[in-house]
Amino acid sequence: MSKGSPISPSLMASKSAGAAKAPERVDKPAEAGVDTAAAASPVLGPNNVVPPTVMTGSEAIVRSLEELGVDDIFGLPGGAILPTYDPLMASKMNHVLVRHEQGAGHAAQGYAMVTGRVGVCIATSGPGATNLVTAIMDAHMDSVPLVAITGQVSSGVIGTDAFQEADIVGITMPITKHSFLVTDPNDIPHVMAEAFHLASTGRPGPVLVDVAKDAQQGQMTFSWPPKIDLPGYRPVVRGHNKQVREAAKLISAASKPVLYVGGGVSKAHASAELRELAELTGAPVVTTLMARGVFPDSHPQHVGMPGMHGTVSAVTALQQADLLVTLGARFDDRVTGVLKTFAPNAKVIHADIDPAEISKNRTADVPIVGSVKEIIPELTEAVRTQFGTSGTPDLANWWAFLNNLKETYPLGWTEPEDGLSAPQRVIERIGALTGPEGIYVAGVGQHQMWAAQFIKYERPHAWLNSGGAGTMGYAVPAAMGAKVGEPDRVVWAIDGDGCFQMTNQELATCAINNIPIKVAVINNSSLGMVRQWQTLFYEGRYSNTDLNTGHETIRIPDFVKLGEAYGCASFRCERDEDIDATIQKALEINDRPVVIDFVVSPDSMVWPMVPAGVSNDQIQVARNMTPEWEEED
Amino acid sequence: MSRHTLSVLVEDKPGVLTRVASLFARRAFNINSLAVGPTEVPGISRMTVVVDADGDLIEQVTKQLNKLVNVIKIVELTSESSVQRDHILVKVRADAATRLQVTQAADLFRASVVDVSTDSVVIEATGHPEKLTALLSVLEPFGIREIVQSGTLAVGRGSRSMSDRALRSA
Repeated sequence: MSKGSPISPSLMASKSAGAAKAPERVDKPAEAGVDTAAAASPVLGPNNVVPPTVMTGSEAIVRSLEELGVDDIFGLPGGAILPTYDPLMASKMNHVLVRHEQGAGHAAQGYAMVTGRVGVCIATSGPGATNLVTAIMDAHMDSVPLVAITGQVSSGVIGTDAFQEADIVGITMPITKHSFLVTDPNDIPHVMAEAFHLASTGRPGPVLVDVAKDAQQGQMTFSWPPKIDLPGYRPVVRGHNKQVREAAKLISAASKPVLYVGGGVSKAHASAELRELAELTGAPVVTTLMARGVFPDSHPQHVGMPGMHGTVSAVTALQQADLLVTLGARFDDRVTGVLKTFAPNAKVIHADIDPAEISKNRTADVPIVGSVKEIIPELTEAVRTQFGTSGTPDLANWWAFLNNLKETYPLGWTEPEDGLSAPQRVIERIGALTGPEGIYVAGVGQHQMWAAQFIKYERPHAWLNSGGAGTMGYAVPAAMGAKVGEPDRVVWAIDGDGCFQMTNQELATCAINNIPIKVAVINNSSLGMVRQWQTLFYEGRYSNTDLNTGHETIRIPDFVKLGEAYGCASFRCERDEDIDATIQKALEINDRPVVIDFVVSPDSMVWPMVPAGVSNDQIQVARNMTPEWEEED
Repeated sequence: MSRHTLSVLVEDKPGVLTRVASLFARRAFNINSLAVGPTEVPGISRMTVVVDADGDLIEQVTKQLNKLVNVIKIVELTSESSVQRDHILVKVRADAATRLQVTQAADLFRASVVDVSTDSVVIEATGHPEKLTALLSVLEPFGIREIVQSGTLAVGRGSRSMSDRALRSA
């Protein structure tokens, strides 16, 4: 295992100017309060120096959020968090009142995904907190920096099954990066700073801060910046030099290399660095579902998305590769298919900030622990040096093979036989008419895969979805959060009729708070992906997948009426010839949310597909159609 | 599957034992025994976890444990380079007729009798798990009423201190 050089937050804290000045700060008059500590401080935000000030725990929560640089919060009050909502009213921070706590969680995720900042959500104890659980788990699976603040019953009654008491720290333990239960108001500043530090550094993830009601109400002495004390938390950022040189040697010796790029490159904001490495090596690039847009789709070296519904060229590139340069990806089962048969002849370079991902599913030949933001440029330099001595490898045969696959098996669709619109066309047109500067947020299912396939992504942070968790209902609230984070961009929620019915109450939040997202309901009147599996693997027995929202059904609910009830501009589009005009109409409305009910065929299926439980070599481009492989396999 | 002994230094914070235990449960790692107690450093506890796992899995166990924020350091102790001890309390049937035989058996294992009643004795023993198994098999014929056994405790041989080094590097 490469160890790299550890970065110790506790060391940094003791060395930083802010902490060193700690004794001085006591003597400073309150008015002089603005001073900044060293940039290396692990405390997020400007590190303004706040001299000791007496306030309540609630005020300390709000003040900590302000000092941490938070601008936007998503939440919903209730009994145990009520004390904190009072000082929040006077804060300059923007609090978005959601209609369901799950919406607050996903909104904070969407906000974090487009801004790269920590998303913040607040809920009360008990059911308020448990309603956040799905979003917390989603953020955990997709490594989204999230801080969830929950109220807890007073410390004196914790453990007595008090009204609205839930052990939310216990409930979320396996799905958080870390969690805190605060019962002493004096702990609030350092816990808040630690929570933000943990959420945003290393492999990002959700952190829960559960604050007992009496800790919110009690008096404490607030000062800033607090000292972060996390002796067990030392994420490795810099890659090990020797490992990087080993990786460069493998790249220079490979004749069929592939850059297997995952969401970590997006989280690390390393797109520019990736492009330099890709262009230097000349190797094909595949971008996973979590990495769409990290490398431009239009780039000639991009061979597509790998995985269960990936392109033939991307899936085959991985299968046939002699070297995988794995960057911020984790060999998820949706990418590898049957692990034993995945990329059988490839050596593996695996760079990831989380050492536990390396050799978890696939053993790495060259493990590199660290941030891809640091590793990729170092690798590029090492490769440049290596090419200088051993020459640039000739990848012409490899590219001839892959380009042939790209041309022979492009993404496409067949027109539905029932005369209804093809959902793929609707999604393709949304992408084409909105362009790469838009933000696209999908729910989970067929529409998610089509949105990953048929929208062209040219930049990172333009594509949001629930990848690891597969949370139906992610789209509307996450799009809302994305629009708050990037108000000047067009934000589309591309949703299914099933997903949309799980979280559409946040349209009220959007309409009332002037968050004009656009929702395209890809309405095939069914739980489409489940239906597709029933078609393929259960002899067309459609058990409990018909939702009655589409063509020639009772249309409950009527999505146009529903959108109107929520104050949204609402349209229905049922014919191919109306698709462009309807999208244009939606693009012109920016004073309120838009809901479009795109009525599409329930029979359209997502292709290509690697059926579950088989090797990626069995990829089907259409039902029972497997590509014909060339002899050189 | 082979047996591994991990020494884990953790912050003495509420919930840390739950975090470790639930991590094992969630990742389907099998704990053979677990012992927790304070160390010479205030605020730091030490856990000795004995795990049954093969090579790849033990690497994943330690990596996942290391991800817990309250875990400061993990060292795997091999049986050659460490002293490993279990502690046991056994209540054995022993009346006037058999008591002497029972206490002699205990003596052979350097175990001590810590409680006596008219028809039973409680024997306390410390040692390597194999020694304790041998003691139990000798006591078995007299009739074992109760067994209470600790998890394994382990410490590296030689002068080096795990917590000393961990806290200096932290």
